[in-house]
Amino acid sequence: MAAPVIEVKDLYKSYGPVEAVRGVSFSVEEGEVFGLLGPNGAGKTSTVEILEGLRTPDRGTVRVCGLDPQDAGNKYKERVGAILQSTNLPDKLRVKEAIDLFADLYDKHIDTGELLGRFQLQEKSTAFYKNLSGGQKQRLALAMALVNDPQVVFLDEPTAGLDPQVRREIYDIIEGLKKAKKTVLITTHYIEEAERLCDRVAIVDSGRVIAHGTPRELKHRSAGSTRIEVRLARPLANGAMAHLDAVSDCREFDGAYVLHSARPPQTIVALVKQLEAEGNELQSLEMFSPTLEDVFIELTGRRLRE
Amino acid sequence: MSATWTLTKVRMRLAARNRTFLFFSLLMPMLFLVGAVMFLGRRGGTIGNYVLGALLTITVMGSFFGLSMQLVTFREQGILRRFRLAPVGPGPMLASSILSNYAMALPTLLIEVLVCRWALGLETWGNPWAIFLLITFGSAAFSCFGLIIASVTNTTQETQIINQLIWMVFLFLSGATVPLTILPMWIRRAALFMPATYLATGLETSAMGTIAWPDLLTDSIGLVVALLVAFEISRRLFRWEPEAKVAPRAKFWVLAAMIPFFVFGAYENAYGHLLNRVDNDLHLMDEAQPGHSATPAQSQNPAQLSSPR
Repeated sequence: MAAPVIEVKDLYKSYGPVEAVRGVSFSVEEGEVFGLLGPNGAGKTSTVEILEGLRTPDRGTVRVCGLDPQDAGNKYKERVGAILQSTNLPDKLRVKEAIDLFADLYDKHIDTGELLGRFQLQEKSTAFYKNLSGGQKQRLALAMALVNDPQVVFLDEPTAGLDPQVRREIYDIIEGLKKAKKTVLITTHYIEEAERLCDRVAIVDSGRVIAHGTPRELKHRSAGSTRIEVRLARPLANGAMAHLDAVSDCREFDGAYVLHSARPPQTIVALVKQLEAEGNELQSLEMFSPTLEDVFIELTGRRLRE
Repeated sequence: MSATWTLTKVRMRLAARNRTFLFFSLLMPMLFLVGAVMFLGRRGGTIGNYVLGALLTITVMGSFFGLSMQLVTFREQGILRRFRLAPVGPGPMLASSILSNYAMALPTLLIEVLVCRWALGLETWGNPWAIFLLITFGSAAFSCFGLIIASVTNTTQETQIINQLIWMVFLFLSGATVPLTILPMWIRRAALFMPATYLATGLETSAMGTIAWPDLLTDSIGLVVALLVAFEISRRLFRWEPEAKVAPRAKFWVLAAMIPFFVFGAYENAYGHLLNRVDNDLHLMDEAQPGHSATPAQSQNPAQLSSPR
């Protein structure tokens, strides 16, 4: 079996008294899209920036393509591409000039015209960076990340702050990378992104990996239960929800009850009976198939974007 | 070398698109020139050459101002950290700053020479080779000082304050605007420790055509040593990350860049004749004035007291 392209073992990183990364370990195989899923402040960016060679770990080992990002220098940079959490370029640099500039810095590079076409930037090729929309800036950042035709691509929150339409465009591009057998490490706090794009996901919270596996495996860990979100006219007595038929887990978020049930019909019938007995009213009820969000809630007791 | 050249081309393009840069590097020196022309008129003679030397000095010295601000802004905006992902080190980043600044300054300096020649009615070009050498070494050295300032300051505000302080000292105590001879003795002694003094004196005497080759060599060596030391220090202190703060101790490295000028200053104070050069040039200007009395100005500079020439 081939050695993993990315290997992270027992990684630690602190900023003063704040421990951002606390013993993170994972590995990524060649051609795999691997996601680090977690809320803001979970330690995802610190981890990926250590992999990019931008930060020095306090402890632990990191290997990408068999190289240590801290020591390998330009040899390493020639083999990887990256999108930072926020990319910025000089305001008066034109789109084509930006790609040309970064292309010239690498030994091997893709033709600028080809990248402009692939990322739908031909019409904006002479536009100044400051005049681009958020989506265009992110497409340019992706073009610059791929200008050296890298073996490994790091994408730190590639769709954060973008509207859904642009987000879907970026997903298509990342799926293109998957087809091209690039090894991709993506950090995100969007469930949809992780489920749609990633072959495997590590759920990160407070600097630790709390679960990892394929999205399907992780969702199965959620006991295959359906999530039922209920809003009531008046709160129920303590623990009443948790004792309803077939409920495996019950938590309260923002005035709504989130139940996990292996047999939703029985749970709903029991809920209605309970409400009638207490003279309470049902304001809304929504049912969801299990998602990675449910896994996160079960593991941490919090929503992903709290 | 290829990375340096690539970055230099882009930096030049960006500078040409930057209105602030164009204002300070092109328009401001021209405003000084217009002021000089209005004050002096088209009278010709050595005084015009002296003004040209001073004007070139101000333009060359200005290198440190723009470069430090640009580098700190790039760092604050996270632009530098994007470059850090690419196979490019601090050396090419800094070298491209110096080269692009030099390339952008040359046309301005040439325009200044031509406009001075015409507007001030200069009768001589001075010593063009000496002017070219001092402009080249001076521009690189003062760019390097700017890069050091960018290395030891953390924010644009901090950079601006330090720049203003240094700029004022360079402008008024180097002989670029106020002739050293009319300043008190202690200021003249202190001025001998400043790189700006060597540039100003060198360019003024070169523009007047009175510079001697040994003096040009001394001024050039001072600037070249300073630029090499300053470049190496700024390369070592270079920071890509906005949040990477410079250690307070690192700020003392700035003093290392001044070592060549501590040496020159000590030498000039003890044995040198730089202030005599300034006196001689002012004396020449006096002689060129209509109605000039033939009494030579008595120099009271420390160099002359210790080593009369």
